[in-house]
Amino acid sequence: MHESVSFFGLVGRVSKTLLLLVYALFALFPLLWMVIMSLKPDSQMFTTTFLFSPTVENYSAVFLRSDYSHFFFNNLTVSISAVLLSLIVGVPAAYALARFQFKLKEDIAFTILSFRFAPEILVILPLFLIYQKTGLYDTYFGLIWVYQLITLPLLIWILRGYFEDISPDIEAAAQLDGYSWWQVFLKVLLPLVKPGLVAAGLLCFIFAWNAFTFPLLLSDARAQTSTVVALRFLASDTVHYGQVAAAATISALPEVILALLIQKHLVRGLSFGAVKG
Amino acid sequence: MSTTGVLPPDRPSIEPARLELSKSAAKYARRKALRPYLILTPTLLLTLGILIPFFAAIYLSFTDYTLRSSDYSFIGFDNYLSMLQNPDFWHSLVITLEYAVLCTMVEMLLGIGVALLLNEENPVSKFLRIVLIFPLMIAPVIGTLIWKLMTNPSVGILRTPMSWIGLGDFKWGASPDTAMFSLVLIDAWVYTPFVIILVLAGLRSLPRSPYEAAMIDGGSAWFIFRNLTLPMLAPVLLITLVFRLMLSLQEFSIIFALTEGGPGDTTMSLSLLAYNRGFPFYGVAEAIPIMLFLWAVVYLVSFILIGFWRKAQRRASGVA
Repeated sequence: MHESVSFFGLVGRVSKTLLLLVYALFALFPLLWMVIMSLKPDSQMFTTTFLFSPTVENYSAVFLRSDYSHFFFNNLTVSISAVLLSLIVGVPAAYALARFQFKLKEDIAFTILSFRFAPEILVILPLFLIYQKTGLYDTYFGLIWVYQLITLPLLIWILRGYFEDISPDIEAAAQLDGYSWWQVFLKVLLPLVKPGLVAAGLLCFIFAWNAFTFPLLLSDARAQTSTVVALRFLASDTVHYGQVAAAATISALPEVILALLIQKHLVRGLSFGAVKG
Repeated sequence: MSTTGVLPPDRPSIEPARLELSKSAAKYARRKALRPYLILTPTLLLTLGILIPFFAAIYLSFTDYTLRSSDYSFIGFDNYLSMLQNPDFWHSLVITLEYAVLCTMVEMLLGIGVALLLNEENPVSKFLRIVLIFPLMIAPVIGTLIWKLMTNPSVGILRTPMSWIGLGDFKWGASPDTAMFSLVLIDAWVYTPFVIILVLAGLRSLPRSPYEAAMIDGGSAWFIFRNLTLPMLAPVLLITLVFRLMLSLQEFSIIFALTEGGPGDTTMSLSLLAYNRGFPFYGVAEAIPIMLFLWAVVYLVSFILIGFWRKAQRRASGVA
């Protein structure tokens, strides 16, 4: 009896692992293949699958001999600036929503969240007209501002949860020690939420970096970002598939690294604090 | 911002501070009541500021404004009425709902399945928990780009395995019969990890004691899943469903990158339709009603589901 149970247990465990590996193949093979392709020389693109003589030619072609680096640094500039602006404005806002009781609190919180879920095209249609008229079209500032609709709700909702986790007693104690509210915020609370703050900031960066519709329609040759431009590598007349893959890898790599850094906070971040992982 | 505390740090003893408190208590209370609003003002300015044009847009949707000419006139609900009379709109609505329901269903089922498999303490699960989120972290457009390369007829790696199962000339995004399938496949590739990690977090936070009791009573695995895991997991499942439905109803970038709404109009969702009306043809006044309609659908769906979520949360805390 005992024997047969463990036999079925073993079969169960093996089939579970097999099913997992099938899904893992589906999820990870495309990324692996992207990297493989980016290392293939043009001459072996059509004739080889996994065995080829690797080269960094595609990377140097994309990054040094095309204007991709310009758009890459655009993305870096716009994304980092958008996150910094969100941090300056959003961190105190998250604290206020976590700690103070006031009229319209939940309404304001949900209004902020709803910006993240308004159809992007709906926001862009009128903004396109205004940006054209005011000269904000195709500028860093124009993009940084509209990116707030992505980064600010995310940051505020994640951080609100982290602030709520801190006992109000800690603040009260600090205030009794003679700190003003502002000092309590800077010297006591910020260090306590620092891990959450870093994670939320990095997640905001990832989402800003990934933004596609806003830069596609609100910017052009000057301020456009690498996420938009990467798509164009495939559309050109003489396609160098290896360069397409290299452009995609360059755009994807920073995020995979950042994702590893914020592993522990991802659940909270992705669910806007609704699920505490 | 100036210091608003009642107890400045330089004050040596607590007594004088108390005196000052009673003197300025009323003023202090007023300032304190205003403080959260002051703190939130920059946030609201930044976000609402960007939405001021939005109200201009609602106004424009009642006119015959186009980017081509500078003068326009007020035409009432004409844009809305012509939208409702246009078969393209209803076609796109069906496509939008089809896309959202298919993607959400596939991702929820697959995600819950993988999360259940991953909810174990062994090296394989531990490793996969970390690396399986990669597709979610890269831009959906870049993900679509990779799939375009993989399904490319000349360099795509999927051609050989597809020919093994007799589908050597599978057209992916290029054929009306397979375009929707290809989109759902890519959407599932990008967003299933989202379901996985939220459900996994929910599973790992479940209390142990109900399971121990059920084991003693000798409940079957299915019985335990149906009567314990599902009700306790319901809040997490519902909030995951809300997020997936809201975003897949408005998905733009994956469809834009793979098919641009084509071939023909087989994958022309409302977002793509509004984009096509609004940008290449500069018919902003025509495109706005379409997007307002989509917004209303998104809100209605999420409003209903969030109601269920709150109920499930209450019930789940009762079970635990």
